[in-house]
Amino acid sequence: MEVTQTWYLVLSALLFGIGFVGLLVRRNPLIMFMCIELMLNAVNITFVAFSNALDDVAGRTAVFFVLVVAAAEVVVGLSLVVALMRRRPSLTADELTSLRG
Amino acid sequence: MVDVAWLIPAFPLLGFVLLILFGHRLGEPLAGWLATAASAGAFGSTVVALAGLLALDAPERFHIVELFTWLDVGSLEVDAGLLVDPLSITMSLFITGVGTLIHLYSVGYMHGDRNYSKFFIYLNMFITSMLLLVLGDNLLLTFLGWEGVGACSYLLISFWFDRGEDGTANAVAGKKAFVTNRVGDFGYMLATFLVFAGIGSINYDDIVTRAGELSPRTATLIVVLFLLAAAGKSAQLPLFVWLPDAMAGPTPVSALIHAATMVTSGVFLLTRLNPILAEAQLWSTGLIAWVGALTALFAATVAVAQNDIKRVLAYSTVSQLGYLFLAVGVGGYVPAIFHMVTHAFFKALLFLGSGSVIHGLHDEQDMRRMGGLQRFMPITAMTFIVGWLAIAGVPPFSGFWSKDEILLYAWNADEIGGKALWAVGLVTAILTAFYMTRLVVLTFFGRTRFYDPTAEEITAAWEARTGAADGFTAEAREAEKTAVAAVEKAREDVARKREAVTRAEEKLVVAREALDASDPAADEKAHDKLVKAFDRASASLPKAEEGVVTAEAKVAELAAAVDEAMAATRSRQSQVAALAGARDQAAMPDTVVTALTEPVELDDDLAGHLPESYRRRQEYHPHESPPTMTVPLVVLAVLAAVGGGLNLPFASNLHFLADWLEPSLFGNEVHVTASAATKWALAVIAVACGLCAIVAAFSVYLRGRQDPRRLEQPGMRRAWYVDETFANFFGGPGRLLFDGLARFDRGVIDGAVRGVAQGSSNFGDSLRALQPGFVRSYGLAVGLGSILMLLWFLGRMF
Amino acid sequence: MVDVIVFAACAAIIVGGALGVVLNSHPVRAALSLVASFFGVAVLFIQQGAHFLALVQIVVYAGAIVVLFLFVIMLLGVDRSEDLTQDPLTGQRPAALLLGVMVVGLVLVGLFLSGPGGDDGAVALSGRRSRTAPVSAIDESQSDIDLLADDLYTRNVLAVEATALLLTIATVGAVVLVRNRGGEDVVVDEPGSARR
Repeated sequence: MEVTQTWYLVLSALLFGIGFVGLLVRRNPLIMFMCIELMLNAVNITFVAFSNALDDVAGRTAVFFVLVVAAAEVVVGLSLVVALMRRRPSLTADELTSLRG
Repeated sequence: MVDVAWLIPAFPLLGFVLLILFGHRLGEPLAGWLATAASAGAFGSTVVALAGLLALDAPERFHIVELFTWLDVGSLEVDAGLLVDPLSITMSLFITGVGTLIHLYSVGYMHGDRNYSKFFIYLNMFITSMLLLVLGDNLLLTFLGWEGVGACSYLLISFWFDRGEDGTANAVAGKKAFVTNRVGDFGYMLATFLVFAGIGSINYDDIVTRAGELSPRTATLIVVLFLLAAAGKSAQLPLFVWLPDAMAGPTPVSALIHAATMVTSGVFLLTRLNPILAEAQLWSTGLIAWVGALTALFAATVAVAQNDIKRVLAYSTVSQLGYLFLAVGVGGYVPAIFHMVTHAFFKALLFLGSGSVIHGLHDEQDMRRMGGLQRFMPITAMTFIVGWLAIAGVPPFSGFWSKDEILLYAWNADEIGGKALWAVGLVTAILTAFYMTRLVVLTFFGRTRFYDPTAEEITAAWEARTGAADGFTAEAREAEKTAVAAVEKAREDVARKREAVTRAEEKLVVAREALDASDPAADEKAHDKLVKAFDRASASLPKAEEGVVTAEAKVAELAAAVDEAMAATRSRQSQVAALAGARDQAAMPDTVVTALTEPVELDDDLAGHLPESYRRRQEYHPHESPPTMTVPLVVLAVLAAVGGGLNLPFASNLHFLADWLEPSLFGNEVHVTASAATKWALAVIAVACGLCAIVAAFSVYLRGRQDPRRLEQPGMRRAWYVDETFANFFGGPGRLLFDGLARFDRGVIDGAVRGVAQGSSNFGDSLRALQPGFVRSYGLAVGLGSILMLLWFLGRMF
Repeated sequence: MVDVIVFAACAAIIVGGALGVVLNSHPVRAALSLVASFFGVAVLFIQQGAHFLALVQIVVYAGAIVVLFLFVIMLLGVDRSEDLTQDPLTGQRPAALLLGVMVVGLVLVGLFLSGPGGDDGAVALSGRRSRTAPVSAIDESQSDIDLLADDLYTRNVLAVEATALLLTIATVGAVVLVRNRGGEDVVVDEPGSARR
């Protein structure tokens, strides 16, 4: 038995699915953010797996950039969350409805 | 030379623009002279164009001067161009000619008016529009002029918009004219659409060449619709109601617009479209003839009973226009144009003359207060008489020739009841002669009734007098009351005095008894007192008795005074009763003219009560008008006298007008098949009847042989209640119809529009459900989208 | 054999951590589950030879990002549990589960029905056959970091500069978003004020 690329891809799909469902189900903005990070990790796993399978280092470069961008995104996103939740720590995503049609 | 035709409307247009910009600064009378110069310029250009037209051969006299392309939309191509042909030049000649004379007249007539330059702005605008109407080379340009003259008519009728009954009557009259015209304009527009649909073009040169392409039904419908338009503009039944009210405008306006020019545009239009009339079924042209004839008769009957000099002329205009329609309806275009020209001359003359009379009498328009004015206004009277003879159809004045031609053509039109039409025309001619003679007699001949007290003034005097008498009676009654009260008081006084006597007597008795009872020796002092008392008592008794006597005498006096007072009151009351009786007996009929031969008798007492207006009038002297007003009168009189020379029937080489107009008529003129003997007979009959009518009018109104009240029925004065019927209809069922239509418009049509908007709004609202504002729902949507994308990719893969 | 065991263990940690994030009602516990998941991913990276990436994963993700999360949780005092029994939006949970299953399912379908090396997938996406010899082939002689550095600073140097700019902007943005506008107080987490 050998660990093939397929195993990694299945794992990443599963991780992505869990993160996706979590994003839709949880109401706390911080936890929703964490689910986004899960999805990004799944994508990272996929990139590395393909990088090995296709013998191309571009995959790893991609992972590098995903990491950097994820970091920047977390910075901005968390500052948004702080700005929103500063006055009401019990804020949930369901209360942010000012863009409703 | 014909190409200078563009100058014809350009001159008055330039005048209009200059007056708008500088009119106020130019002021009186320069603004008037500028406007007159513009009109004269138009006349000059017309003469030049006429010369140019005469230089061409007869068949070529249908020349179009193109100015620019106006509309080029799909299959509709309309140019702004001028059609110079005999018909339009003839119309232009008398429009600009008579127009210039009227401008000149207005310079004097409008003297002192505070809106002097505005008047000339409107007049110039009117001339421009009218020239566009007759010179336009297509139906649309004619319509531009048509609407323009309608607008100017409105502006000029309500020129003195703050006068009239209740301060609004003039404005209401203007509005009435505009709205009634609008009914006709509706017919014009529909007819134009039909022409375009049937022929594909609305240019006159296309219409005349291709009128044969119209089916008889279409042509008939077009003719009926244009008849509607013409009836509105030319005041025929039933759309004539605006013309009498239009007399609220200044007299030059009545002369120009409502006698000579605007009202002839209907007839002009029908003549211009004679190829279409030729294609239509016979009943439609017969309809034109009968509408004209009946209108003529109707208006003539009404004119007999009018007391306002301008209203007589207004109804006379309606009547003469009826003649024009009659002529067009029986196919006599030449007589129609001939009569139009002569009518323009004599009617303008009559209107301007009446304006001169009104001006000379200081704004008096009621003929009951005129009379004998030929002494004061000789020129006006002379020219007016010329106009009168012309309209009454007395040879050799122009009216006779033209009216006779029309009657002849009517006699000739057998397929549409020609003989009956002739009879109606003849009766109308008789009535025309009668009422015009009445007008002239009441105004210029006979007694001068200007200084007579009017019926209103006499009534006011009676009121004043009975009021004064009532005042005296009241005074007498007051005096009576006071006398009676005084008597009462005196009687009470007597009663009191009697009581005093009784008391004095009692006192005396008591004193006597006391005296007798007392013993003089026993008590000297008491006895003396008693003696004194007795003396006093016996002295006071006679005094008291005297008092009674005087009081009774007073009572008798006062009673006599009361009797006097009551007698005075009674005599006053009987006086008042006598006065009231006398007043009722002397009640003045205020509708029909009276005092034709002798003045009204008034006793001095009554005369002393006449109001201020009477006294002011006594100091006024009627006078002749200034030369700016009399010169046009003379010119028009000359034209009215010799205008018949345009188309004398004696020999065919004297048919100037008929030959001249031939290129515009395309052979659609009806041929008269009557023999020369018939023509002579008809002419003689007409003249004889006219002369009889004149004599009859003289006998009634100058000699007073018949009572005018029998001839002038109230129904005639109120124009057979047509106006009232219209008002009741449009106020009653008409209003319901309008309300219903308005509701339909609001509910169904607006409702449909609003419904579409509401539907869009509802749809938008339903889409709002897609945007609940919840991030997680948006997340679901994103997920759904990504799944669809995945499916698509997988689909491509396999 | 060792690979399989390593893989299995890491997979368990990763999935366990992920489930912990999703199912924990307490934010702090969720954050810690996330850390566990990140560690698992890092080990997997090492197993696949991407050593530098594993390092960066730990340092950046587990060491900075999750720490940042914990800072914010503590700063705002959001350490109370969320009610997970009910979802106020009707139909959200079933829909979410359905979509999640479908996403995973479709990806797996695509994965299993395509050829080795993901060639078919590449064709499906781009319509072209992939290159047989990639330009940036992995040379086993060099270390991972050399390979990565080589690729980054030659073929992707512009992107690297851009990421530097991006991070600067992110920092500035964060400061702007969060700064006090005079008078507003940062919520101070008093001991005992947090509800459990």
